[in-house]
Amino acid sequence: MISIKNLHARIEEKEIIKGLSLEIEAGKVHAIMGPNGAGKSTLASIIAGREEYEVTDGEILMNGKNLLDLEPEERAAEGVFMAFQYPLEIPGVPMNTFMRTALNAQRKLRGEDELDSLAYLKKIKPLAKTLGVSDDMLKRALNEGCSGGEKKRNEVLQMAMLEPTFAVLDETDSGLDIDALRVVADGVNALRNEQRSFLVITHYQRLLDYIKPDVVHVLADGRIVETGGPELALRLEEEGYAKFVGEAA
Amino acid sequence: MSDTAPDNTEIKSHIDALKTYKAGFVTDIESEKAPKGLNEDIVRFISAKKGDPEWLLEWRLKAYRHWETMPDPKWAKLDIPEIDYQDAYYFAAPKMANQPKSLDEVDPKLLETYEKLGIPLREREILAGVAVDAVFDSVSVGTTYKDKLAEEGIIFCSISEAVKEHPELVRKYMGSVVPFHDNKHACLNSAVFTDGSFVYIPPGVRCPMELSTYFRINELNTGQFERTLIIADKGSYVSYLEGCTAPMRDERQLHAAVVELIALEDAEIKYSTVQNWYPGDEDGKGGIYNFVTKRGICAGDRSKISWTQVETGSAVTWKYPSCILKGNDSVGEFYSVAITNNQQQADTGTKMIHMGKNTKSRIISKGISAGKSNQTYRGQVKVLPGAEGARNFTQCDSLLIGKECGAHTVPYIDSKNSSAVLEHEATTSKIADAQLFYCRQRGLNEEEAVALIVNGFCREVMQNLPMEFAVEAQKLVGVSLEGSVG
Ligand SMILES: Nc1ncnc2c1ncn2[C@@H]1O[C@H](COP(=O)(O)OP(=O)(O)OP(=O)(O)O)[C@@H](O)[C@H]1O
Ligand SMILES: [Mg+2]
Repeated sequence: MISIKNLHARIEEKEIIKGLSLEIEAGKVHAIMGPNGAGKSTLASIIAGREEYEVTDGEILMNGKNLLDLEPEERAAEGVFMAFQYPLEIPGVPMNTFMRTALNAQRKLRGEDELDSLAYLKKIKPLAKTLGVSDDMLKRALNEGCSGGEKKRNEVLQMAMLEPTFAVLDETDSGLDIDALRVVADGVNALRNEQRSFLVITHYQRLLDYIKPDVVHVLADGRIVETGGPELALRLEEEGYAKFVGEAA
Repeated sequence: MSDTAPDNTEIKSHIDALKTYKAGFVTDIESEKAPKGLNEDIVRFISAKKGDPEWLLEWRLKAYRHWETMPDPKWAKLDIPEIDYQDAYYFAAPKMANQPKSLDEVDPKLLETYEKLGIPLREREILAGVAVDAVFDSVSVGTTYKDKLAEEGIIFCSISEAVKEHPELVRKYMGSVVPFHDNKHACLNSAVFTDGSFVYIPPGVRCPMELSTYFRINELNTGQFERTLIIADKGSYVSYLEGCTAPMRDERQLHAAVVELIALEDAEIKYSTVQNWYPGDEDGKGGIYNFVTKRGICAGDRSKISWTQVETGSAVTWKYPSCILKGNDSVGEFYSVAITNNQQQADTGTKMIHMGKNTKSRIISKGISAGKSNQTYRGQVKVLPGAEGARNFTQCDSLLIGKECGAHTVPYIDSKNSSAVLEHEATTSKIADAQLFYCRQRGLNEEEAVALIVNGFCREVMQNLPMEFAVEAQKLVGVSLEGSVG
């Protein structure tokens, strides 16, 4: 269970998150929609622990623990995962090396044994296959020279490997073609279970046809301004954000 | 000055004693050492101690006399205080005096590093300088390898042994690639070198193992003025490994090594180095001055010399492994990773001298600067008039970590043949905060993230290291950069 309470955050002197509250029960999928520049990616980054943003008030509790007290890697080991809107490239580091290092770093932080390369390969091979990530891709330097869509698949593959308890997907659907969208959505759906919570940030109702959300929120000007069921997404598609932007301003 | 100057009468009496005692100095030598300072008598003393033949003594003396006339090289971008050559021992192992008796007496920080690098327990004791005979029978290990090599006709021994057992080879080749007057540091080495390795691979033989996996232990006490000579006869191949990933303790500040490689027709020499001498503390106190002259000659047609180096240690590094491409169709390669942190300084690079027709060279240099450190890549590609169809490719990449470090690239290109094709590429980059955050989001801490990113940056060079060495070298990258972020 994730509970964000009265979160305020700024960068330099500019306040971006302005008293945001949100609760996600275990096993639920929440979607966040909202206009450009509303603070969606900022919220995701703050959940993951990006130090650039200064949190001036509020807390983010995950199963009772305040994530704001933890380093980004400790949050990761606790089960926080963020699929980046713009995944980074790491030249010269093959996806396999990166993934295994990350997996083992998390396991070490949790006091578990490291996976050897055989166990690692056994784990990644079938997942890569269902997500359409080729062997060649796994050997290539992480995200280097990958298309936008390939990078997004890589993000979902990493999520599947790391089996988080709370996954934040920041516009994972943008840049995907129709088929890739379905593959990625299936990947997410396969991970849905009683314990795992998702926060899916998107601009397009279409994604929510594939990943059925339990709750939809509208984020505008650093706050949640509306919360509803899946039908809210359909309404937004028709009406746009004009109403909310006006309200927030 | 007067109280540090060597006491000449004392040395003379040593030398006289040695002259009268013809055969036995080897056994008695352990307890003795030359007084501080350098002069002709010290050179004679060292020569006598090593039991040199006359020609070698003459060579040392010539080098010494020349050395006295030479100024310190000043062209490198290094900030080094004037070296007081008289304030050093040239024949002694001062650390023997306070050698720890077991690992319990060794600095725990050092032991922690060995642990991180995954150095086997048995070797840790030796590396930390624990009295060797107490823990390790290096002789027996050495013999097994030696037998195997001897079957192939390969000679692999200390340079002192080679002087005695294979004088014709040593006389012919020593100083043939790096003449004693080459530069001040090489000149000093020629005068006072006390040990090092000698390798000869007979025609057509492919050396069946990486030379020196065991030597990394053996060579420990000879680091100061080492001299290495490797000869690959026609159509032979050898891969030689120098150094060690573990940080080496040595209280002697000045190191001046010379390495000479000779590849005859169709021969190939691959020379890999991991240099991790003590870099000094965070404030730049202490640390080794590492002045190395490494040069190889592709003497025969279609021969090849490949240098791979991972340089992470020393307070000051001054080093330019070079290739003289004399044979037609010969190939020279230089793959380098240099990491400097804190107050370290490095001026390193290579020289490729194209003499023969269709000679090819390839230079891949990856420099990583962190902390307040500074490094310079200095590379020369020279094409002589006769080098028809020569080709060079140079790629120099610098990675900066933090805001206080510096990286400089100084390429010299000098082509006297219009058919030569020379390509040069250079980049400078930084580790982006966003990259670090990405790694941390996936569970790596800041240091692990930096190590991973830097290893990626160096991949092309690391891939050239022999497998078992590469794994250690990758860990070393992380250890060297500790404390460079956050
Ligand atoms: N590092 C930064 N420095 C300065 N301003 C920033 C920074 N990061 C975000 N902002 C600002 O904060 C606001 C929110 O940005 P954010 O990226 O969170 O929006 P978003 O809702 O994800 O938008 P989009 O739908 O376009 O992805 C914007 O006005 C943006 O310019
Ligand atoms: Mg965004």
